[in-house]
Amino acid sequence: MWGTIRLNVCTGRSPARGLLSGLSAFRGYSSSGKEMTVRDALNSALDEEMSADPKVFLMGEEVGEYQGAYKISKGLLEKYGPERVIDTPITEAGFTGIGVGAAYYGLKPVVEFMTFNFSMQAIDHIINSAAKSNYMSAGQLSVPIVFRGPNGAAAGVGAQHSHCYAAWYASCPGLKVLSPYSSEDARGLLKAAIRDPDPVVFLENELFRSQFQQEALDSSFCLPIGKAKIEREGKDVTITAFSKMVGYALKAAENLAKEGISAEVINLRSIRPLDRSTINASVRKTNRLVTVEEGFPQHGVGAEICTSVIEDSFGYLDAPVERIAGADVPMPYAANLERLAVPQIEDIVRAAKRACYRSVPLAAAA
Amino acid sequence: MSFSATKFAQPPPFSSTTTRSNEKPLSFDPFKTGTSFLGSTRKLRFNSLCENAQFKPHHRSAVVAVSELVKEKKLKSNANLLITKEEGLELYEDMVLGRAFEDMCAQMYYRGKMFGFVHLYNGQEAVSTGFIKLLKKEDSVISTYRDHVHAVSKGVPARAVMSELFGKATGCCRGQGGSMHMFSKEHNVLGGFAFIGEGIPVATGAAFTSKYRREVLKEEDCDHVTLAFFGDGTCNNGQFFECLNMAALWKLPIVFVVENNLWAIGMSHLRATSDPEIWKKGPAFGLPGVHVDGMDVLKVREVAKEAIGRARRGEGPTLVECETYRFRGHSLADPDELRDPAEKAHYAGRDPITALKKYIIENKLASEQELKTIEKTIDEVVEEAVEFADASPQPHRSQLLENVFADPKGFGIGPDGQYRCEDPKFTEGTAHV
Repeated sequence: MWGTIRLNVCTGRSPARGLLSGLSAFRGYSSSGKEMTVRDALNSALDEEMSADPKVFLMGEEVGEYQGAYKISKGLLEKYGPERVIDTPITEAGFTGIGVGAAYYGLKPVVEFMTFNFSMQAIDHIINSAAKSNYMSAGQLSVPIVFRGPNGAAAGVGAQHSHCYAAWYASCPGLKVLSPYSSEDARGLLKAAIRDPDPVVFLENELFRSQFQQEALDSSFCLPIGKAKIEREGKDVTITAFSKMVGYALKAAENLAKEGISAEVINLRSIRPLDRSTINASVRKTNRLVTVEEGFPQHGVGAEICTSVIEDSFGYLDAPVERIAGADVPMPYAANLERLAVPQIEDIVRAAKRACYRSVPLAAAA
Repeated sequence: MSFSATKFAQPPPFSSTTTRSNEKPLSFDPFKTGTSFLGSTRKLRFNSLCENAQFKPHHRSAVVAVSELVKEKKLKSNANLLITKEEGLELYEDMVLGRAFEDMCAQMYYRGKMFGFVHLYNGQEAVSTGFIKLLKKEDSVISTYRDHVHAVSKGVPARAVMSELFGKATGCCRGQGGSMHMFSKEHNVLGGFAFIGEGIPVATGAAFTSKYRREVLKEEDCDHVTLAFFGDGTCNNGQFFECLNMAALWKLPIVFVVENNLWAIGMSHLRATSDPEIWKKGPAFGLPGVHVDGMDVLKVREVAKEAIGRARRGEGPTLVECETYRFRGHSLADPDELRDPAEKAHYAGRDPITALKKYIIENKLASEQELKTIEKTIDEVVEEAVEFADASPQPHRSQLLENVFADPKGFGIGPDGQYRCEDPKFTEGTAHV
């Protein structure tokens, strides 16, 4: 019932490149296509920002001599020296707090968590000293810090390494939460995050490290925070997703297109602030919504999107909002169980069909 | 000399499990290098404690950490005092301000003008005055929720702190922080943290900035020091040890000041800690640990001079344990039933303000009349602060949504109100890859 298609994340380019809409106003978008892995995109963004501003420094476990636990910070130690690429002891609470204290004084730390699961040891500093400080001090202390690292499920790493933190951080006022999908997103959003005067939680994804995507690059490219991107235009159903799920949603959209359902795929990019206007505009156009996320369903990103749409566009909905999320269990280890615990493309297709009243084959088309 | 501890012949009636300073000899004195007062760092990185106990059993927490030079000074004639008249009056004024301010806070709380959690500092003034009065304006102070007096000592006007406590728009944080979150960018008071141990890594980060500025940004004269104040309960928290490690590892200009008042709300330090001598935890991480009598502002000041001097010269962090006591409960909501009244009476007899007053008068640094004038002035200052706070308006409704983000709309918008990436100059960049 769950299907036997196993997504091979190392293959294929994103199919919807040609259908980019001009929704987000990024002027620096030149049309010279270039392929780049997400890993290289992040590395180049860090490199450029560190070279442009001497106050930017990188701190985390294994970012220096090991070249980064996931090789995101490759080459940076040689270029910028150990004072700016700092290998820390295994003390998340300690070094996150140090980053916040440095940010109080105008330095721009980029704190890397090996995975965001370890950020739980430092979450006191992310929320209490970073997110709330500008408010508590009435604007005296702003915290221009970036917390980044891989987030969400990887392959076979078990329950404690597979938690998705998008909903947790996005519920806290004072934080900005970004989640890129493609290399273009990764570059643009990381640069925007580093330049931003507020604390930003930057949720990368491990399994993207080796995905090739065609990107247009400019040397100082930057994307706005708080704007979603419509990856594929459609008119029958809106599918929202972020991070890895955007790839699944796009594949699902292809499958749906073969059955005559035209799906619009929105890449959220920014979980907080959520781009409610784009989502609502899209729902008003298509009248149906499927939210896709990898994390746990209760109090998740999909729940927030659903409420937002109900508050603003209830009259436009022709079907109940479908929510696709990870299974409501800690991530199992066995490969087949893990597959069951994470949304797959068939789930998205099925949900879209339900939203279009197409799940019974003989039912009339919506 | 009036501030020596020899007047206590018997230890106070603690429980039999006490391991306070008169039971175990404090034999490790990092500053008594035997050669120069300003010893080199190599001598300070001991792994084993010194054997010879130069400690007299009937001294209750004598200052072991003051160097030989200063001790000799004490034994000589009154000609060599530890402070000048101006310094003495400054210290006195600061401590009286702290005490009067906190007493007024208690009054205002019981009258309903202040609300929530209020933690008062009565009895511990010697620690904050002893340390903070040695700092420059650019040096930073980070504290816990018991932060009113740290803020006031550092220079935040009393009226701003009082308004903040009343929740008025003229407070130092415009009423948005409250008693436990005193921030002042101008005076480099970085809070004010409710979670114990939370301020320590932030303080370490501020010290890190000082070093970064000097070494990476090449600001040669940046020698700012950071003081982190926290209590005995915090010394069992993981973040404390993480920061001792990193501060010593990277030789950060920070002083960790432990205000050991023996009680963490109702939990006695002795019940909570396997080895209650906190200063010992410093050498375990490679930084000197010092124990000082925190009810005596002059002793604290001597230790502070050395510790802050070390940090300023780039020799790294120091851990200073100040044995002190809070005369009131943990907060104004704490019934304070668990502490032995005899213990409270004992420490009340060692009130730092009384001790300093005695010292000043006995050594003829100032007259009783001058001190009374100071007290009167301070009373007026505090009264004026209350009137100012009373008269100030509450924050306007629109202030609720302000200051969540530094960039007003939170959408990555630049100061001119446009999306940053739409600004054509933004994509020019200065990066050379």
